[in-house]
Amino acid sequence: MEPDYFQLFGIVPKLALNLFDLEQRFYALSRKLHPDRFSRAAGAGPAKAEEASATLNDAYRTLRNPLSRAEYVLARQGLRAAGSGQVPPELLQEVFELNEALDELRGGNPFKQPEVEAAYTRFLGELAAADARLGELFREYDEGAPGSAAEMRAVLNRRRYISNLLTEVNRVLVPLAHA
Amino acid sequence: MPEFLEIDFPDRKAVPVVGIDLGTTNSLVAFMDLTGPKVIPGADGERLVPSVVYRSPSGEIVVGTEARRMLIDDPARTVYSVKRLMGRGAADVAGESKLFPFRIAPRSDAVIRLELGGRTFTPPQISAFILIQLKANAEAFLGQPVRQAVITVPAYFNDAQRQATKDAGRIAGLEVLRLVNEPTAASLAYGLDKRKDGIVAVYDFGGGTFDISILKLREGIFEVLATNGDTHLGGDDIDNRLLRIALEDVASEWGIDPAHDGSLVQTLRRAVIEAKERLSFAPSATVDLEYRDRKYQREIAREQFESLIREIVDRTLPPCRNCIADAGVAPEQIDEVVLVGGSTRIPLVRQAVENLFRARPHTGLDPDEVVALGAAVEAGILTGAVEDKLLLDVTPLSLGIETMGGVVSKLIDRNSTIPASASEVFTTAVDGQKNVLIHVLQGERELVQDCRSLARFDLKDIDPLPAGAARIEVKFLIDANGILNVTARDVRTGKEQSVEVKPSYGLTDDQVEAMIRESCERAEEDFRERQVREARIEADAILAAVEKGKQHDAWLEMTPEEQAAIGLALNELLLVYHSDDHALIRAHIEKLNQATMRLAELMMNAALSTALKGVKI
Repeated sequence: MEPDYFQLFGIVPKLALNLFDLEQRFYALSRKLHPDRFSRAAGAGPAKAEEASATLNDAYRTLRNPLSRAEYVLARQGLRAAGSGQVPPELLQEVFELNEALDELRGGNPFKQPEVEAAYTRFLGELAAADARLGELFREYDEGAPGSAAEMRAVLNRRRYISNLLTEVNRVLVPLAHA
Repeated sequence: MPEFLEIDFPDRKAVPVVGIDLGTTNSLVAFMDLTGPKVIPGADGERLVPSVVYRSPSGEIVVGTEARRMLIDDPARTVYSVKRLMGRGAADVAGESKLFPFRIAPRSDAVIRLELGGRTFTPPQISAFILIQLKANAEAFLGQPVRQAVITVPAYFNDAQRQATKDAGRIAGLEVLRLVNEPTAASLAYGLDKRKDGIVAVYDFGGGTFDISILKLREGIFEVLATNGDTHLGGDDIDNRLLRIALEDVASEWGIDPAHDGSLVQTLRRAVIEAKERLSFAPSATVDLEYRDRKYQREIAREQFESLIREIVDRTLPPCRNCIADAGVAPEQIDEVVLVGGSTRIPLVRQAVENLFRARPHTGLDPDEVVALGAAVEAGILTGAVEDKLLLDVTPLSLGIETMGGVVSKLIDRNSTIPASASEVFTTAVDGQKNVLIHVLQGERELVQDCRSLARFDLKDIDPLPAGAARIEVKFLIDANGILNVTARDVRTGKEQSVEVKPSYGLTDDQVEAMIRESCERAEEDFRERQVREARIEADAILAAVEKGKQHDAWLEMTPEEQAAIGLALNELLLVYHSDDHALIRAHIEKLNQATMRLAELMMNAALSTALKGVKI
């Protein structure tokens, strides 16, 4: 059974975290658990230290980043991320049009470039909007607002989808910019 | 407490742990004394041991300055820069410059075999010769046996290269307590020197490898934020560029093909290296060759030299930029750049670093010695002599597994703090399937063909079940040495699942064992004797640990029966300690190990809970 990451650090499970405090706790725990402290210990000691330390590092990595922290909190409530290929329904139309333009651009139709670039800018805006909404939802969740977890799940799914989409568009646009 | 526990332990002096910089060009050994880390000189007074190995016609192995001389007199029996071959396959080396006199033996597949004076050796065996020399230097200097070491590796070394280094240690009769990344080790020596918190970049440009690491130093914690590099970029490449030109000159001036004269090539190589080194301090230098009554001279101006090597120096810049981006810092936030490795003496390199980081590099430390000194500090951390410092390093490359369509699915991202772990549940595809093969890779690309194959793990003897019904949880753990460990568990039964490791490059455990035996056949000391000695060292470690455990609060939590069982196992081990049967000693170590399992666990849990208490909300 995986230990609770918040418990491991001895902090209240909130989405708003004091990162400096988290770092201090991480350093203090590392000083106790790092394999360097057990390298000459007997029997199962060193192997246990590797495992305990790996768990600590994984926990720190997860909690340090606000997105992975939110994913972690949701996953523990059974609200796991949707499959990465799943298009959020509200984006369906836009994504369909962008993919068509992208295919034509890849196929060598340069006239589609402005359209793709415009869509890129629009989705960048969507990403920023998702981030802003997430900020609000994190606060609402910490205050115990009902329904905030479900909406957070949806926004996180949308955010991840947009982020992947932007990477894909970048892959097409960047070589064109250097050509 | 039962009386028999109060027993004096035999033969247990504080065993020193040395720090070793196993370099491409030079190697060093250092240790920690009461005042700080010190480099140990060899019998000849030299602190740097050239990483050159010579095998005489009578089979005698010579390492260091003497071997470097033999590189000129008898190049066919001499090897250098073997670090470039560690953990690599024959196909990797096909592209190595023709200027390296590596004589790769036929039938080198997953492991390269080099011909050296009529025999073949793997790169770990050749590195082991260098380690044996360093160990002997340390033993002569310290006046006591040395059995344990911290060895440094380039931060950008992959799993196979790290494993090969660890194998070299084992073959040399050294227990490698920790592999430390070279730039990280350098930062330890730097931190000891400066005692200042902040963000530091370590630019390590050595003989064969280039590393860049960015660290955060705070209150004794050295946290690596990101690392990057190129394990095939170094001073060797600069030498080869100069050498190629000099060889062309000699060919046209003397009207011969010098490439077939190994001795001439090596003499000329020495001459260009000397010119290169002078060019770091003088505006021009002359390549001066005298060979069998013939002379060759060529003056090189620094400008000329710089235009010749600019491309090589520039190749260090993209890794630096990627490292800065991965570390999530702006160049202005980097307080200082520490220079490590002999190639950072070149003014053009310093200039490139200054331009990129917009800061004057720190040159207060000897770039040749700082890594070994840092390794000694890490040795001090491991023995407990240095208490306030701790390294938190990262894995340089992402780890993933092969999935459908030759795509790599990432499990652990690069620059994750190590130890790091990930687990994944696997199942079967057809009814009654008994094996599942997992292909593990390292690298940043999406396709299997663009990543470095690490190993294939075969989950064996799975209970025959309908397709998809078996559930095997596989845990991937990158340990503090940056080496992958894989364990598997049957989720249904909770039983440990057997895993067979098939490394893509490098030696299997059996091969390493065979090499340890082989290395002993020709050494003065008998293999059996060595095994006994190694068993006693292990016994020392566990006896010391048990003694420490008895002082621990956890000891009081043990039942009298458990305490008695430990006492019994401990006494039995002491009784067989001086026997010359290593299997017997090991059997009793294992027995004591079993008896103290719960004690170790309690101590570990206590460490965990006090750690948690230390950070109350």
